[in-house]
Amino acid sequence: MSSATETLKHDAHDDHHHGPAKGIKRWLLTTNHKDIGTLYLWFSFIMFLTGGAMAMVIRAELFQPGLQIVDPQFFNQMTTVHGLIMVFGAVMPAFTGLANWLIPMMIGAPDMALPRMNNWSFWILPFAFLILLSSLFVEGGGPAFGWTFYAPLSTTYSGDSTALFVFSVHIMGISSIMGAINVIVTIWNMRAPGMTWMKMPMFVWTWLITAFLLIAVMPVLAGVVTMVLTDKYFGTSFFNAAGGGDPVMFQHIFWFFGHPEVYIMILPAFGIISHIIPTFARKPLFGYASMVYATASIALLSFIVWAHHMFTTGMPVAAEMFFMFATMLISVPTGVKVFNWVATMWRGAMTFEIPMLFAIAFVILFTIGGLSGLMLAITPVDFQYHDTYFVVAHFHYVLVTGAVFSIMAAAYYWLPKWTGVMFDITLAKWHFWASLISVNVLFFPMHFVGLAGMPRRIPDYALQFADFNKWISIGGFAFGLSQLIFLALLIKACRKQGEPVSDQVWDGAEGLEWEIPSPAPYHTFDTPPVVK
Amino acid sequence: MQPKQSQNPNSRLVVKLVGVVFGMFAFGFALVPLYDVFCDITGINGKTNETAVTYSAPEVDTSRMITVQFITKTTAGMPWKFEARTETVKVHPGELNTVEFYVRNPAIRDIVGQAIPSVSPGTAALYLNKTECFCFNNQPLPSGQEAVMPMQFYVDPQLPEDINFFTVQYTLYDITGTSADVTTESAE
Ligand code: HEM
Ligand SMILES: [Cu+2]
Repeated sequence: MSSATETLKHDAHDDHHHGPAKGIKRWLLTTNHKDIGTLYLWFSFIMFLTGGAMAMVIRAELFQPGLQIVDPQFFNQMTTVHGLIMVFGAVMPAFTGLANWLIPMMIGAPDMALPRMNNWSFWILPFAFLILLSSLFVEGGGPAFGWTFYAPLSTTYSGDSTALFVFSVHIMGISSIMGAINVIVTIWNMRAPGMTWMKMPMFVWTWLITAFLLIAVMPVLAGVVTMVLTDKYFGTSFFNAAGGGDPVMFQHIFWFFGHPEVYIMILPAFGIISHIIPTFARKPLFGYASMVYATASIALLSFIVWAHHMFTTGMPVAAEMFFMFATMLISVPTGVKVFNWVATMWRGAMTFEIPMLFAIAFVILFTIGGLSGLMLAITPVDFQYHDTYFVVAHFHYVLVTGAVFSIMAAAYYWLPKWTGVMFDITLAKWHFWASLISVNVLFFPMHFVGLAGMPRRIPDYALQFADFNKWISIGGFAFGLSQLIFLALLIKACRKQGEPVSDQVWDGAEGLEWEIPSPAPYHTFDTPPVVK
Repeated sequence: MQPKQSQNPNSRLVVKLVGVVFGMFAFGFALVPLYDVFCDITGINGKTNETAVTYSAPEVDTSRMITVQFITKTTAGMPWKFEARTETVKVHPGELNTVEFYVRNPAIRDIVGQAIPSVSPGTAALYLNKTECFCFNNQPLPSGQEAVMPMQFYVDPQLPEDINFFTVQYTLYDITGTSADVTTESAE
């Protein structure tokens, strides 16, 4: 034991003196949490642009009523693959990238606990998405059954590419499970002396809870795609009524994964916002302990609300009532969080730097998404709203102006620490205001067409929806273009073009990551700091 | 908390977490039988009994009149003509009734069919007792042939007060040559 410890110490000591390796090998073989964080973040951004390009196809087709640009089968592939890429390729890897960069720096650890597994969990991801994207080119086209791959669409009525779809989802699942295990072990075992549970930064807390959600539900996703695979290719009848199965059961198993999954995509965002608002309000976070408990209760409740996605499947009234009230209950801890953010800003000495602008936009716009969620949770009205653009409006408010805005806020907030230079503030302002305006032109009118009955996932629509859809598409194109400003800004920042920044970067910033030099050295906290 | 000496606690924790992962994978599959058991007990997915029950001759409740509607449907690719000879019957709970269904195979190949019943509202399913049904077995039908298939049932007198009408839908699947096709063995 003691000799093993010795060699370990020695190894760590050794690579301390080497900087990063040179060239492509640095990135392929790296076990450094900062390198891996950077890889995840760039990967996620590329996926964001890829999925975004598909959204542009969707909005181009929907610009006018009638079928004009793509055929309906291809339109369905676009909605499906757009959803899969944004969920599994853009939002989730971005949060994993942030976790890699930030968690060791925030808890005073030298690296993630399992660095070699870390390398694997990143490098299998590009293959998963290569497989998914290549499925678009096989005979018969890619998956066209929606990101929710309901049976029998994905079993009886799907094309030959389904095997590729299943395989790629398996790889994505394995990657995020490995990432989650790494996060848990790191937080559990590697906190600096004195960093007790209730001193952990909110981002670390929210990620810890997210990681538990991940290891609880990603295996269920793996199970349900496996059942789809065997139903389609090996003659089982999990979801096939003719063989004694039940297609509605698919939805139960899928949403048992699916609802916690939406919280996987928002809890780390809550953490990020809980760092940014105190910094620029120059006040400690209001109600830290209640934030921790609220996050934990949201995570627990997320396991008992799944059937709010299935109100129209003909459940008994008692079940409808149960899932309606359980869902509404989640808005209580969510409300606690919004209240705490607002209370943190209350009477603070606020300034409006770019990360703060994104954070405030997050608080307001995410709340709009939460409120439409609350409307959807009312069973009788969901019969009208279900499968309409109202649902599309709801989840884009929580996911784009929620999760994605929080990721952008995080990028702006920690980017100077990563690169050592201040990003181009003029470009950043353009990016913020262009995104803010266009995203609302894009998603707000979806509420109206949804309430008026426009169904989702259909390439054509009735004439009365034409005006709103024109505006929605214009908003969509503008939002897409605005992200190119962000791309330009990121390239500039990574080339270190900008004013050097201080270690603390932002006046009000607190936490271990602001005590190390900017840019953050390749190795940090080789000797753990002491947290008072 | 000493990072560099934590290799052992790390692997212990990893083993536990991997255990959780496998446990949840198994749980996903365990949901399948659990779902069936749950639906069997509560009857909420509209599934009816899959093997014959014997008529227990309960007291007939002549004070109630229940309307039972029969509808039929064939899935995509199933060429049979399939219809209910009796579209609705009015029955007293407890009394034994027989209805008939007609099928014809117009295709040039022999086909094995399987009918799957589903009751709506789902809660009525528990109270529909079938003593004889073509849906208990595969139905092989040579090309060009026709058949009349009987179904015998009674409604449990315990049927909740608020249900006076329910629908039984039969969906007919072509299962020729699939693993569900057990025409060679006895399905009883
Ligand atoms: C107050 C909190 C929330 C409530 C009450 C709520 C409620 C609902 C309900 C009832 C539906 C089903 C609508 C239907 O299909 O008819 C739904 C759909 C959805 N929600 Fe939420 N939600 C909330 C927060 C969130 C959050 C935070 C996220 C993600 C970050 C999210 C993501 C989604 C997604 C992706 C769908 C659509 C899934 C699909 O069918 O493709 N929701 N929500
Ligand atoms: Cu949900």
